[in-house]
Amino acid sequence: MLPINKHCGVVIPLDRANVDTDAIIPKQFLKSIKKSGFGPNLFDEWRYLDRGEPGINQSERKLNPDFILNKENYRQGTILLTRENFGCGSSREHAPWALLDFGIRVILAPSFADIFYGNCFKNGILPIQINKEMTDLFFKKALSEIGFKLSIDLEKQLIIDDGERYTFKVDEFKKHCLIKGLDDIGLTLENSKDIEVFEKRYYNQYPWLAK
Amino acid sequence: MALTLYEKIFNRHIVREENDTYLIYIDRHLVHEVTSPQAFEGLRNAGRKIWRTSSILAVPDHNVPTTDREKGILDPVSKIQVDTLDENCEKNKLTQFKMNDERQGIVHVIGPEQGSTLPGMTIVCGDSHTSTHGAFGSLAIGIGTSEVEHVLATQSLLLKKFKTMLVNVNGTLGKHITAKDIALYIIGQIGTAGGTGFAIEFSGSTIKNLSMEGRMTLCNMAIEAGSRAGLVGVDEKTIDYLQGRPFSPQGENWKKAIHDWKGLVSDPDAVFDKIINISASSIEPQVTWGTSPEMVCNINDKIPDPAQEKKLSNQKGYQSALDYMGLKKGTSIKDIKLDKIFIGSCTNSRIEDLRRAAEIVKSKKVATNIKQALVVPGSGLVKKQAEKEGLDKIFIEAGFEWRDPGCSMCLAMNADRLEPQERCASTSNRNFEGRQGQGGRTHLVSPEMAAAAAVNGKFVDIREMP
Ligand code: SF4
Repeated sequence: MLPINKHCGVVIPLDRANVDTDAIIPKQFLKSIKKSGFGPNLFDEWRYLDRGEPGINQSERKLNPDFILNKENYRQGTILLTRENFGCGSSREHAPWALLDFGIRVILAPSFADIFYGNCFKNGILPIQINKEMTDLFFKKALSEIGFKLSIDLEKQLIIDDGERYTFKVDEFKKHCLIKGLDDIGLTLENSKDIEVFEKRYYNQYPWLAK
Repeated sequence: MALTLYEKIFNRHIVREENDTYLIYIDRHLVHEVTSPQAFEGLRNAGRKIWRTSSILAVPDHNVPTTDREKGILDPVSKIQVDTLDENCEKNKLTQFKMNDERQGIVHVIGPEQGSTLPGMTIVCGDSHTSTHGAFGSLAIGIGTSEVEHVLATQSLLLKKFKTMLVNVNGTLGKHITAKDIALYIIGQIGTAGGTGFAIEFSGSTIKNLSMEGRMTLCNMAIEAGSRAGLVGVDEKTIDYLQGRPFSPQGENWKKAIHDWKGLVSDPDAVFDKIINISASSIEPQVTWGTSPEMVCNINDKIPDPAQEKKLSNQKGYQSALDYMGLKKGTSIKDIKLDKIFIGSCTNSRIEDLRRAAEIVKSKKVATNIKQALVVPGSGLVKKQAEKEGLDKIFIEAGFEWRDPGCSMCLAMNADRLEPQERCASTSNRNFEGRQGQGGRTHLVSPEMAAAAAVNGKFVDIREMP
């Protein structure tokens, strides 16, 4: 998993509440055999004027010029700023895969859907819950200042805006995993000695399974 | 301390424990084309290796065509999934039965058939019906794609302990009553959430008398009762079934193995969290009438009145199920006319199932109102055996189509499917909305009941057939 600790990036203000996983990545793209490559179809129905289908040439499609991701100043953004209950809907991991593939590393919102929140950590994205006032303030700045950037320091749990510092909360264990880039597999592999020791004993005891 | 079978298997696989979460070692990893590609990709992206390639047996089943295989796969999305499995297996040097290998078949049919499912094992597959393999006294559970990746990379899985349930079935089954009827009857009794959080062990004299095929059918359906794992204790039948199979232990190892396997039963005084007793004599041929396996009744029943349903929360669900199924309360099950027949799926596509169905259709004809009747053997080897016994001829002469092995119309990922509003008697395991094709209407039954329905054009009581 891609680790994240200190991160600085352009903020993309997506001014909507209850953005569901189907809006993040529509279901016709879930048949894919891949974990990557979903980026061009992130927010597909909002981002394009025509209907998206897997396999078609994405670069020839009609962009919706009014959608925030299509505006010049936000295209390179890596921090998504949004409203309440972001990521509601399905438990599939395609939504974080699509966000990550587009390049999003941090999401700021007043609240997140539970499963999605957990899935972000599993996939190298840091979701940060911020209060209503801070949300409004960042929206104002992101919409008015060209190239508005924020810096995140996960170790110190800080959001830094031009010298202003705001703290945020995060589960200690999840923080540790994100900083180290450890997913469940990485964590288990930290104990790979235990598995090796187990195997030795196990195949001694049940030799017909050793092959 | 007295232990249940589930606890015995669980305990011998514990690598480590932390806060009631166990790292469990996995012996066998079955892989198919639908749920594995992202797991292999994840592994590649992270630069990780497969921990134990010899634990893996791979096969394409969900997307394979059941006719004209030599033409390849026509649907491009299906083709990509199957090709990707081929590539992943080749790159990683995994054992795979490719689409045109005669050993190819539904993953839950070929595991036991090859002897790659053994007692005492932990078995996983990215597919909920992995519970099937529990029929051999193993702990077999379905897992999601990120867990598939976890097992590939670490040969282990993070698990919490299940609670334990014992379902005792005692007595003699009536004529023509099969394991499928037992499974549907149990689900009708405890509901589709009745087993949630439990590992269910099936025992009692009726289960002892079931063939291994029957036990697989039963454990296959454990997931439809909400339980991730079904189990049956090891006995002589288990051992006889496995002897001499390609992946089974040989020689000295075989002796050691059966010595160990004989202990793979629950201790007589083991404590279960829940016990259910069922009398075999009360089980009649079962037919589902709704869109969930718990919406089931006897062949001689009428469609229930939703307003009479005891649980208020169910009333609305019952009514919308009837609307979807195009059925009315009070209609006799025996008056339901059918359009298609499907004999197949990992629930009922083994040789015994085909024999029992063939016995019914012998020298009869599929009724004229039936647009299509399919027999899809569970594996190439089942197909071969059936042809050796002449079953294919019986089916074909009656008007059935005799197909190549795969999941087929169980979930309609390939070209085999119901059209909107078509009604099907199916030996599969799920009657969910759209499962066998958008708008399609599924009635779950045993192979014998499906065969009887085929020749009568509607449901009949198999026991009353001449
Ligand atoms: S036969 Fe049906 S239930 Fe069984 S594995 Fe295939 S699709 Fe799943």
